[in-house]
Amino acid sequence: MPTVSVKRDLLFQALGRTYTDEEFDELCFEFGLELDEITSEKEIISKEQGNEKAQGASDVVLYKIDVPANRYDLLCLEGLVRGLQVFKERIKAPVYKRVMPVGEIQKLIITEETAKIRPYAVAAVLRNIKFTKDRYDSFIELQEKLHQNICRKRALVAIGTHDLDTLSGPFTYTAKRPSDIRFKPLNKTKEYTACELMNIYKNDNHLKHYLHIIENKPLYPVICDSNGVILSMPPIINGNHSKITVNTRNVFIECTGTDFTKAKIVLDIIVTTFSEYCENQFTVEAAEVVFPNGKSYTFPELAYRKEMVRADLINKKVGIRETPENLAKLLTRMYLKSEVIGDGNQIEIEIPPTRADIIHACDIVEDAAIAYGYNNIQMTLPKTYTIANQFPLNKLTELLRHDMAAAGFTEALTFALCSQEDIADKLGLDISATKAVHISNPKTAEFQVARTTLLPGLLKTIAANRKMPLPLKLFEISDVVVKDPSRDVGARNYRHLCAIYYNKNPGFEIIHGLLDRIMQLLDVPPGEKKGGYVIKASEGKTCQLNPESVIMK
Amino acid sequence: MADGPVAEVLLRRLEAADGGLDSAELAAELGLEHQAVVGAVKSLQALGEIIEAELRSTKRWELTAEGKEIDREGSHEARVFHSVPPEGLAQSELMRLPSGKVGFSKAMSNKWIRVDKSTVDGPRVFRVVDSVEDEVQRRLQLVRGGQAEKLGEKERSELKKRKLLTEVTLKTYWISKGSAFSTSISKQEAELSPEMISSGSWRDRPFKPYNFLAHGVLPDSGHLHPLLKVRTQFRQIFLEMGFTEMPTDNYIESSFWNFDALFQPQQHPARDQHDTFFLRDPAEALQLPMDYVHRVKRTHSQGGYGSQGYKYNWKLDEARKNILRTHTTAASARALYRLAQKKPFTPAKYFSIDRVFRNETLDATHLAEFHQIEGVVADHGLTLGHLMGVLREFFTKLGITQLRFKPAYNPYTEPSMEVFSYHQGLKKWVEVGNSGLFRPEMLLPMGLPENVSVIAWGLSLERPTMIKYGINNIRELVGHKVNLQMVYDSPLCRLDAEQGSLQAQETT
Repeated sequence: MPTVSVKRDLLFQALGRTYTDEEFDELCFEFGLELDEITSEKEIISKEQGNEKAQGASDVVLYKIDVPANRYDLLCLEGLVRGLQVFKERIKAPVYKRVMPVGEIQKLIITEETAKIRPYAVAAVLRNIKFTKDRYDSFIELQEKLHQNICRKRALVAIGTHDLDTLSGPFTYTAKRPSDIRFKPLNKTKEYTACELMNIYKNDNHLKHYLHIIENKPLYPVICDSNGVILSMPPIINGNHSKITVNTRNVFIECTGTDFTKAKIVLDIIVTTFSEYCENQFTVEAAEVVFPNGKSYTFPELAYRKEMVRADLINKKVGIRETPENLAKLLTRMYLKSEVIGDGNQIEIEIPPTRADIIHACDIVEDAAIAYGYNNIQMTLPKTYTIANQFPLNKLTELLRHDMAAAGFTEALTFALCSQEDIADKLGLDISATKAVHISNPKTAEFQVARTTLLPGLLKTIAANRKMPLPLKLFEISDVVVKDPSRDVGARNYRHLCAIYYNKNPGFEIIHGLLDRIMQLLDVPPGEKKGGYVIKASEGKTCQLNPESVIMK
Repeated sequence: MADGPVAEVLLRRLEAADGGLDSAELAAELGLEHQAVVGAVKSLQALGEIIEAELRSTKRWELTAEGKEIDREGSHEARVFHSVPPEGLAQSELMRLPSGKVGFSKAMSNKWIRVDKSTVDGPRVFRVVDSVEDEVQRRLQLVRGGQAEKLGEKERSELKKRKLLTEVTLKTYWISKGSAFSTSISKQEAELSPEMISSGSWRDRPFKPYNFLAHGVLPDSGHLHPLLKVRTQFRQIFLEMGFTEMPTDNYIESSFWNFDALFQPQQHPARDQHDTFFLRDPAEALQLPMDYVHRVKRTHSQGGYGSQGYKYNWKLDEARKNILRTHTTAASARALYRLAQKKPFTPAKYFSIDRVFRNETLDATHLAEFHQIEGVVADHGLTLGHLMGVLREFFTKLGITQLRFKPAYNPYTEPSMEVFSYHQGLKKWVEVGNSGLFRPEMLLPMGLPENVSVIAWGLSLERPTMIKYGINNIRELVGHKVNLQMVYDSPLCRLDAEQGSLQAQETT
C-alpha cells in the first residue's frame, strides 16, 4: 500500500478546517485510508541517521497516510483533499476539460525505432500554471509515487515534465544508439553520452534501480525538440535544459512506456490533479501524438464514461435498503457523479478520468458501501445450509498427531524450504536422486529447494535444542514435495510422518517400537502376508526408514 | 523413636532445661557442627508441635585463615623482626621468608628494623629495637577468646581491612518446648505400604502430612506444537460452522491458479521476483484448463462480464510459470472452479489452513513461509452484510467481540474490507484479518452463475498464536530453532474460553 506524506497544517488549510489526530484518523478509516504515522522531517532523519544529523531539519508535522494501491488519484495532497472534500460534500467534483490551444497544437512524433524498446508515448500541456514551493514539491512527489506504483518502478511507464517555454516543438520520440545520445542531464553541469551516464548512475542510489530497463538494449529511447534539444532519455533521466522550476508557467508532460493503458492513466492523473493551479482551472491543453503508422491521437484522453447500475443490485450486494436517490447521492460523494434515470431504479454513474480503478459494477457497489459506511451495514447470517467435511488426509493427520504425542513424542514444526545440502549431501544422497523441485530466485541457500524428506528439519531441531534434557523424542507430520510429471504443475506433495529418538545410547528398538505402534494405530499387521508390513534395510549414509524401506504388502 | 540421635539428645536436654536452649550453645556443648543441631530442629519441627524454635541471628567476629595463623605464630612483622639476628640479615634473604614481603614493610613502618644499603654484598637489614610488642597478635587473641568487644571500632576495622577478621552472621534457634512436647515420639510414616495394609499396622501409625507447597513430578509425555494446537482449534471452529475443508496439499502452484484466475494482472507487484518464489525445475505448469484459460485471458486483456478489463497483452507463458503458492486463495480458486463445473450450482462453505510462501525480507514477525487461514462461502445473493455477519460469528468463537470494518483494496475482492478488533493492551484498533466479495471477473469466467456471490476472508495462523502464547520472535515458534521447553510448557488452546486472549498482549 503506498504511503503519502503530507504537511498537516497545509492539509487542514486545504480542507478548510482543523482536526484532532483522532478525528482525522477516524475520517481516514471511514474513507478507506489509514493514518499510518504522525511525524516530522526532523523525527524521520533522527530515527534513520541519529539526532545530530536531524539538527536544523524541519519540525513541521507530517501525516503519513496509507492509500489503497488502486487509488492513484489520492497519491498527493491535492488529490487527497479533493477526494475528502467531495466525500464530505464540501465541494462538487470538478469537471476536467481538454482544450485546444489558441496557437498551434504541440506535436509528439513517434518513430518506429521505439517499437522494440518502449513503443508508447502520450503527452499534454499544463498552460499558465502557478507553482509555489509546496505545489512544486507536491508535483514532483506525485510523479515519484506514480513511478513507484502504477508505473512499476518506471518499467511500464516513465514520466517527464518540462518547461515548455525553453523548447520548440514538434517533438520527436525515437530510439538511438547510446553512443549517439549526448546531452546535459538534470542537475549536471556538462554533457555526457548515454553510455557515460549509465556508468555514472550505477552509483546513484535513486537511479541505479531503473538502469536495467534499457541497459542491454541496442537502442535507448530519447525525446528531443525541433532543435535537437534532448528533453529526456526515458525511463532514466530528463535533460537539464528543459528542467521545470517554481517559476515555470507552461509544463509539457510526456509519458512513455510499454503499457499504453497505464501511460494514459498516468497522464490523466497528473493533469487532472494539477490543472487546479492553471489560470483556467481544471483545463488541460491537448497535445497530438503521431504514431509510426501515421495515425494521430489527441491526449490527454480525460474520458468520462457512463455506467448504468440498477439500485436494487447495489442494495442486494451490500445488504442495505436505500432509495435510488440516496444511492446516487452516496456515489456522488465518492467522486462518481450519479443520477436516477429511466424507470426510477436505474442509476447512471459518470466515471471521471481520475477513477481508473472503476472497471466493473462491483467497484461502484463498493463505493456506495463505503459512502453508506461499512460499519452502518446490518450484519446478517447467510442461510446457506451445508454439511461440513474434513479433508481425509488432514483428518488422519489430526488423529495420528494426538496418538504420536500419547506415545511420548513431541511435535516439531519445521520449514518446507531448505538448502540442497540439507536434503542431499548431508544425507549422503545425490541431489538428482531426490526429485526435488528447485527455486530459481532464492535470496539465500535456505530457500533453494522444497524438502523431499522431513528428516533434516527434525535433526536441525535437535541440534538447536541440545541444552534440553535427554532423551529428545520428536515427530512431525507434514508435506514434502517432489517432481511428478503426471500432475498439472509437474510436482506434488506427499504427507510424511517422521520421528526421531535422540539419546546417549542409540535405542533403535524405541523408534522401531514407535513404528509398530503407528502400524497398530493404522490397523496394519506386521508380517509378510498381504496387507502387512515389513522393514527392509536401505542404502545410504543415514539408516533412515524411508517410505521405501517400510514395505506394505 | 525420634529422628536420629541428635534429635533424641536435644529433646532430653530440652526436658531438663529451664525455659529453652540455644542451638549454637548446644552444638558447642555436644561438640557437634551447628548444622547437625539445626537439622535435628527442622526434623522435629516437621512432626508438629513438639518443639518451638525461634530463629535468631547474631553477629560475631571471627578470625580468617590468615588471622588464625597470626594468632598462633605472631604477625608477619613480628616474625620478620624475630628472624633478624643481631648481626643483621641480607635483605634478599629476608624477602625469601614466608612473611618477608608483608612483614618487611610493616616492620619498617613500625621502625623495628632498618636497612643499610652501604654494605658490600647488597642491602642488609638490622634490628633497631631489642624487643617488640606484637599488638596484632594480642588483638587477634582477644577476638578468639570471644572478647572482640574489648577492641575499639577502629582497631577492628583495621584488622578487617587486613583480612584477618571477618564479621559473620550466625543464625541460631532458640528452642523451647512445644504444646505437644514429648521426649518419646515416633517417626511419621511417609507412605502407606502393602505390608501396613496386610498387617493392619496402618491403623496405629501416624502419617506425615503431604507437602502441597512442593512441586509434583511432571509425567513423561509427548507434546503437541502450539501453532498446530491453534490450527486444530481453527479447524474445529470452521467445522462447527459447517465449512468443508479444501484440499491444499500442493505447495507448487502455477501462476495461473495463484494469480491469473484471481484476476490479478500480470504486471502486479506481487508477481515480482522480489515477492514470489519462482521455480527453476519444474519451471512451467504442464497442463492448464485451456477453455477456462481463454476466458481468463479475454477478461484480463479485453474485459467482459461487465468489466473493462485491464487492457494489456496477457501472456500464456507468464501464466504457466510455476511458483510456490503465495496464498491459499489459489486452492480456493481451484475449489470454486470445481464447484462451478457441477450443475446445478449447490451452495458451498469452504475453509483451509495451510502453508504459503513469500520471498520477502525476514524479521522477528515474518518468515518466508507461514500458515494462512481462509474461509469462503458461495451462495446466491450473498451480501457485504452477510460477510460481516459470518465474520462476527467466526471472531466471536475466537473470543474477539469488538469488530470494526475498514474499506480496503485487494486485487481479487470488491468490495473489500479489513477487519479490525479493539486491542485492550494497545488501546487502539488493530487489523485481525482481510475479507471481501470475490470479483465477478474471477467468478464468471469459472462458470459460476451470475447471481452467485462468494464471500471470503483470511488471516495468518502465526499472528494469533504468537499473541496467545506471548511469543515475540517467530523463530522461537516455527522452524528448527523452536524452543522445545516452550513446546513442553504450552497450555491448551481454548480460544473461546479466554475472552480476549488474542488481544491480551502487545503485537507487532
